[in-house]
This record gives sequence, structure tokens and C-alpha cells, in this order.
Amino acid sequence: MIDGNDKSSIIRMFHVHKQYGVKKALIDINLDVFKNEFLFITGPSGAGKSTLLKLLYYGEPVSEGQILIDGMNVFRISCSRIPFLRRKFGIIFQDYKLIPTKSVFDNVALVLEAIGRKRQLIRKKVNSVLRMVGMEERSKSFPQSLSGGEQQRVAVARAIVGVPKIILADEPTGSLDSESANIIVDLLKGFHARGGTVIVATHDKELLRTTDNRIIHLKEGQQIK
Amino acid sequence: MILFYKKAIQDILDNRFLNVITIITISLSILIVSALSLFFVNANDIMSSWKKGISIIAYLKPDIVETALPEIKGKIQGMYGVAEVEFISKEEAMKRLKEQMKGHSSLLADLQENPLPDAFKISLLTSSAGSKRVENLAAQIEAMPSIEEAEYGRRWLERFTNVFDLFRFTGYAMVGIFFIAVVFIVANTIRLVIYSRQNEIEIMRLVGATDRFIKTPFYIEGLIQGAIGGIIGLAALFVIFILITLNVGQVSSSDIFHIRFLSPGVLCGIMLCSIFVGWLGCYISLKQFLKYETG
Ligand SMILES: Nc1ncnc2c1ncn2[C@@H]1O[C@H](COP(=O)(O)OP(=O)(O)OP(=O)(O)O)[C@@H](O)[C@H]1O
Ligand SMILES: [Mg+2]
Repeated sequence: MIDGNDKSSIIRMFHVHKQYGVKKALIDINLDVFKNEFLFITGPSGAGKSTLLKLLYYGEPVSEGQILIDGMNVFRISCSRIPFLRRKFGIIFQDYKLIPTKSVFDNVALVLEAIGRKRQLIRKKVNSVLRMVGMEERSKSFPQSLSGGEQQRVAVARAIVGVPKIILADEPTGSLDSESANIIVDLLKGFHARGGTVIVATHDKELLRTTDNRIIHLKEGQQIK
Repeated sequence: MILFYKKAIQDILDNRFLNVITIITISLSILIVSALSLFFVNANDIMSSWKKGISIIAYLKPDIVETALPEIKGKIQGMYGVAEVEFISKEEAMKRLKEQMKGHSSLLADLQENPLPDAFKISLLTSSAGSKRVENLAAQIEAMPSIEEAEYGRRWLERFTNVFDLFRFTGYAMVGIFFIAVVFIVANTIRLVIYSRQNEIEIMRLVGATDRFIKTPFYIEGLIQGAIGGIIGLAALFVIFILITLNVGQVSSSDIFHIRFLSPGVLCGIMLCSIFVGWLGCYISLKQFLKYETG
């Protein structure tokens, strides 16, 4: 029934349920995400947007149902394969998740160190990505000394530096002024234009109003048509 | 790999206080353990030199004729654990006694008849000098029809061996306790370091770092702690050893007090143990820390 080799789907969710104890966070989600799609997921607070993203990169285990990511079965994944699943993604977290004790440069470099890249290559790539997000001058700064918008740009740099197949962005514009938000959105669009797949969870009305991309609506854990 | 070392050293520097305490603890434990080994190595030397001197005296019955002697000697010689058998005639025994009692020889001068029996002095192989073996051998010799009595420093030897065994046992127990304590302390240090970096580790996981990538710096940290602790501990022991031998050397230069330092093999063993302790502490901590992981 589920065909991992489907030419156009990079993510397939099939009757997916997620429960936190007795709390049902997601109920019977069926969703295909196509290669090079730019997809929005929206819904009120607590609808399960973040949860849905977490299931994809195994930030939380699936309770029931099947998820295929680029040919990998997330439901039956072994612990040792999880890092390799996660390398398919660049993740932009709702709370940035930068390491406070590392400089901007080291935060971004970590992704490449973890996959064993050579130091010279790391330096070159990190610098070029920081240039792309306009944070080149702040590469020696620490996250606390940056504004929210700047931290988010670093987070984007970290998400794209490893050239992932898919970017997951959880409220990427949530706490930003419209100017910073636009910079972030443009960066995501740039990644999409280079052939990447992007999934953005948001309740930013402005963002949703101006797009003609597909939008998935969630409410109380359920997909509404 | 260089990256891992850099991370480990950064970790140690970031948690300087914790690491210094841990390394001091390891050093002290290594010092105590190696001092114990030093004591046992030397005590063993002394014991075996004493054991070499241990012999059984077998007194012959008075009616044994001289012609039977070679046969008896041969029999004893053939027993397991016997190194050498020497015949001491009663005249010879008297001569020795007189020599020992020089200055009091008048006591012996009055004797008309030599009251001492003929005897064999039986030296033992070092390997069979344990108190049970000596006892068995003595009993075996005494059972021979031509032997009146077999004597050895029975009580003394037994007690001494027992005390020494007790010492040795206590030594092992102490080494064991120190081992566990140090492993626990290293594990605790690593755990505290892990806690202080939990946020960072979580993020590393999320960007696709493998367990190996995350754990290796901690292992290196544990190994470095073990190695530095071991080196400091053994260096301290060496200094103390030099001080002691200098002092003892002044008091008596006799070779009873020929103390030797631990052999290179033992030193290496202790170093390896110390490093192993660092590794084990780390292993335990990381094992525990993996349990907290949800995926
Ligand atoms: N770790 C957890 N344990 C228990 N319940 C959880 C956990 N994480 C999320 N939930 C619950 O699951 C539901 C969905 O949460 P989720 O974070 O996915 O919502 P969201 O759509 O991202 O909301 P927001 O827009 O506020 O970020 C909520 O009711 C939340 O309380
Ligand atoms: Mg959320």
C-alpha cells in the first residue's frame, strides 16, 4: 500500500496517531509531501503542528501508523539509524535551540563536525552560509548577544549548511518583526528554489495570506479539509 | 580525532574544579594502592628469604647404626619439597652448641656424656615452605621408624604466615574498595559534566550527531583523568620511596633492609588500572545517561 519509491513523494504519513499519555495530540493524519514542495501547516495553538514535525525527525516516537521519509520507515527505525534520519532534515526550532556556550560559527559548524567533514571544508562552508544569511560579521559572537531575528538567521544557517533534503521550520517568524520575518522567509524560499523541500508550521496570518502554496489545517489534532 | 581531543580538553578546562578534585582523588588512591603493592612486594621478598632459611630438624633414634644412615638420608631426600639433607652428628651438634654458648661453656664442660642425638637438617624448596606443607612434611618424616622426632619453627611460622595472609587479604580488600570508590568518583564527575552539557548534547542529537560522536570526548576525558591521576600518584610514591630509602640507608646499610621499588611491569599495570578506572567511570555514567534518552 505504501510505496517508498514513489517518484514525487518525499514524506508519506499513513493513519498516523500520536498520544502523550492519555492526551491525543494527533489523530489519523494522512499526508503526502512532494519533493520540492513548499508546504504550510497551520492551526490554533495546541493543534499539534509542532508534534507533527517532531514525528518526522523522531523527536517523538509515533504511537500508531506509518511514516516514510525518503524511503526510511520511521515507525520501525532502530536507535542507531536515528542520526541518519535526522541528517535528511534541517530543523528550525520554535525556540532556536542554539548552544549558548558556542559561537555563531561553532553552532553552525557542529552539523558538519558531526558528519565528520574536514576542518578546511567546514570553515569554507560555514562562512559561505553565514554570508548568505547576513551573519558573517557576527560569526565570533555568542547567541545571547544576538537579537531574536539574528538568532533565527543563525538557526537557518545551521539548518541549511548540511544541504538537507527537507527543511522543517516551526514558527520561523513567530517572534520576529515583519522585516526580520521577511529575511527568514526569503531564505527559506531560496532553499526551495535550489530544489529543497520546505515544511513550515505557523499561524502567521500574513505569511499564509500572501502564499499560493498548499496549506494543511490542523485542529485539535485532526486534519481539516 | 583531533577534534575529539580538543573537546575533551575544553571540557576539562571548563570544569576545572571538578576535574582537579577527581584527579587528586585518583592520585591519592593510586598512591595508597601502589604503596600497598610496594609493601607487599618487599614483604614477600623478606618472607621468601626467611622461608629459604626454614628447615626441619629430624632427630634420629639413639639405636640407629651408622651404616643405616645413607638409606635414611636417601629416603628423606626423595620426599617431595626437600631441597637438601645434611647429616649432623651428635659431636658436630655439640660443637655448634658450644660455639653458640661461648663464654658459658663451663655449663657444658661438666657433661660426661653427649646428650644430643644425631640429626638430619632438612632444607626445603622455597615453593613448599607454606606452613601446611612444612607440617605435612614434618609429619611424614616423623613417621619414619628411625626418626625419634621432627622439629620445625612450627608455631612461629604458622602464626607469621597467618598474619601475613591476613595482611594480604586486607590489602586486596582495600584495593577493591579504592577501585570502586574511584570508579564512582570518576563516574560522578563525568555525570556532572554531562548534566552541565545536557542542553548541548540534546541539540547535537537533533542535528544528527551519532552517539559515538557525542560520547568520544567524554571517554577521552575519563582516560586523561585516569592517566594524569596515575602519573601523579606513582610520582608521589617514588618521591616518598626515595625519602624513605635515604633515611633507612643512613640508619642501617645492612641488606636486610634492601628495599626495592616496584618493577616496570607492576608500574605499567598500575597505570593501566588507573586509566581503566577512568574509562569504566565514564562507561557507567554514559550508560546511565543513555537511559534518559527518549530518542
Ligand atoms: N511532551 C508532551 N507531553 C504531553 N503533552 C504534550 C507534549 N507536547 C505537546 N503536548 C500536547 O499536545 C498538543 C499539541 O501540542 P503541539 O506543541 O504540537 O501544539 P502546536 O500546534 O505546536 O501549538 P503552538 O502553536 O502553541 O506551538 C497540546 O495540547 C500539547 O499540550
Ligand atoms: Mg508549536
